[in-house]
Amino acid sequence: MSLTDLTIAEAAAGLAAKTFSAVELAAAHNAAIAALNPRLNAFITVTPDLALAQAKAADEKIAAGAAETLTGIPLAIKDLFCTAGVRTTAASRILEPFVPPYESTVTAKLLAAGAVFLGKANLDEFAMGSSNMSSGFGPVENPWKRAGSDAKLVPGGSSGGSAAAVAARLALGAMGTDTGGSIRQPASFTGIAGIKPTYGRCSRYGIVAFASSLDQAGPLARTVEDCAILLAAMAGFDPKDSTSAERPVPDFRAAARRGVKGLRIGIPAEYRMDGMSGEIEALWQKGIFWLREQGAEIVDISLPHTKYGLPVYYIVAPAEASSNLARYDGVRFGARVEGEDLIDMYERTRAAGFGAEVKRRIMIGTYVLSAGYYDAYYLRAQKIRALILRDFTEAFAKVDAILTPTAPSAAFGMGEKMDDPVTMYLNDVFTVSAPLAGVPAMSVPAGLDAQGLPLGLQVIGRHFDEETVFAVSGALERAAGFSGVPAVMAGGAA
Amino acid sequence: MSLDTATVRRIAKLARIRLEGEEILLLQGELNAILGYVEQLNEVDVTGVEPLSGGARMAMRLRADVCDDGEIAAEILANAPERAGMFFAVPKVVE
Repeated sequence: MSLTDLTIAEAAAGLAAKTFSAVELAAAHNAAIAALNPRLNAFITVTPDLALAQAKAADEKIAAGAAETLTGIPLAIKDLFCTAGVRTTAASRILEPFVPPYESTVTAKLLAAGAVFLGKANLDEFAMGSSNMSSGFGPVENPWKRAGSDAKLVPGGSSGGSAAAVAARLALGAMGTDTGGSIRQPASFTGIAGIKPTYGRCSRYGIVAFASSLDQAGPLARTVEDCAILLAAMAGFDPKDSTSAERPVPDFRAAARRGVKGLRIGIPAEYRMDGMSGEIEALWQKGIFWLREQGAEIVDISLPHTKYGLPVYYIVAPAEASSNLARYDGVRFGARVEGEDLIDMYERTRAAGFGAEVKRRIMIGTYVLSAGYYDAYYLRAQKIRALILRDFTEAFAKVDAILTPTAPSAAFGMGEKMDDPVTMYLNDVFTVSAPLAGVPAMSVPAGLDAQGLPLGLQVIGRHFDEETVFAVSGALERAAGFSGVPAVMAGGAA
Repeated sequence: MSLDTATVRRIAKLARIRLEGEEILLLQGELNAILGYVEQLNEVDVTGVEPLSGGARMAMRLRADVCDDGEIAAEILANAPERAGMFFAVPKVVE
């Protein structure tokens, strides 16, 4: 088996047994990136020399018997995490020249656990998008193809580069962030696993802010167990983030093997949407069957405010974004366009630096927060957000976890769904509620559609109960036996 | 509720984004589509519901009011588009 095909668990075992070295593992991934990134555009910045230096240090640690959980494991880091000395763009031209002088808490924890960083993964600009088409550094190509077609598909978004890199075997795992579905939807589109943890589980310090009350960091990897290994290394209290939770980090890896016997799994009626494809419905039924077969009890539940999740999201997230992105003014960091005076400089800098989707969201956010409209839009949205949380609280009094599809479709073609913003937003219909309520949710690859494209199932859990999410996800993974691989991957198609 | 071009210009001014002629019309259409979509929120009865501002579900934590870093002016200035000595430089504001 090729070194780029290993899971993180297998790679860690191979490194410990000295079957191969961390330098060999990093070099294999550097070579895969050199071969495929020019085509896939999964990375904005690649750091092969840094990766080899970190791998060399990892080999020394292993030789000294001082290996940590991720020692020598090569990862892709979404270019939204500040990395000291390595350019961090958020896929925006306005941050093109930005080299952070400090490290985000999550990436610092990964480095402390011995991880090797291959480079900074592409994303939708400022994580605003569901297709990776809004990147200021070009779109990412999904390594999967429809059977018999060479049409380029999107990898989903916003963590599209992270997902494409992991699916194409350019990295063993990746860091993503999820605000409305940005880890789970790309995971579903590329046939891999990804979890958005509970709000507060991972520190947001050093992550370029999009919508601060929703943003959460999480891992993408090829197995549920690998996600558990990565999340354990990322999570934990951080005094630098005032919303970081002071809670111990459980053994997620053990939880992934726990099974579902005796668990009550909720099936929300409102996720059966008009016009949903029969294939998605059939996969959902399969998931229900798999969990029942393994001893779970299936319970019909209602989340009555589900349909309002998207419109609430498209008020709350832009409002927070318009405030967060006010800092990009061409004064202290980032790109600047000179103007006639200070205000003109701000306006020209922001007009040139932001792409169309970012401008749209800043404009919407500015409007819904402006005098006279705040109560009608923003305050009302916050109240309905409270009702969405109440739906989950009531449901979780009856069930231990909730099973839904991850996305309403498989990966779509580049250029599709671009006619108007709302069509694109509908991609997030199944994923937005979890971040609005702050609960954890995971996507697991569960099958292929008729065109041979991967589809994911989503598991939603109680606040700070990622263990049950991993337990259910692990059970789905074992039952699904998903073994599909993309058409484009390191070492060629299988 | 539908935004006219004057309102789009006003929002752009508040957001400090310079818009050129046709961009205003394009954004006007897109913003109205989004506002039309979110209009369905008016169906929901929110009487007596407290607004939820965040996902944290905990009281804001306060830290001790002490200075725990500093003396890193050079690092902070390292990304400045323009600087004058140990200061950020901007176009003249006061005539």
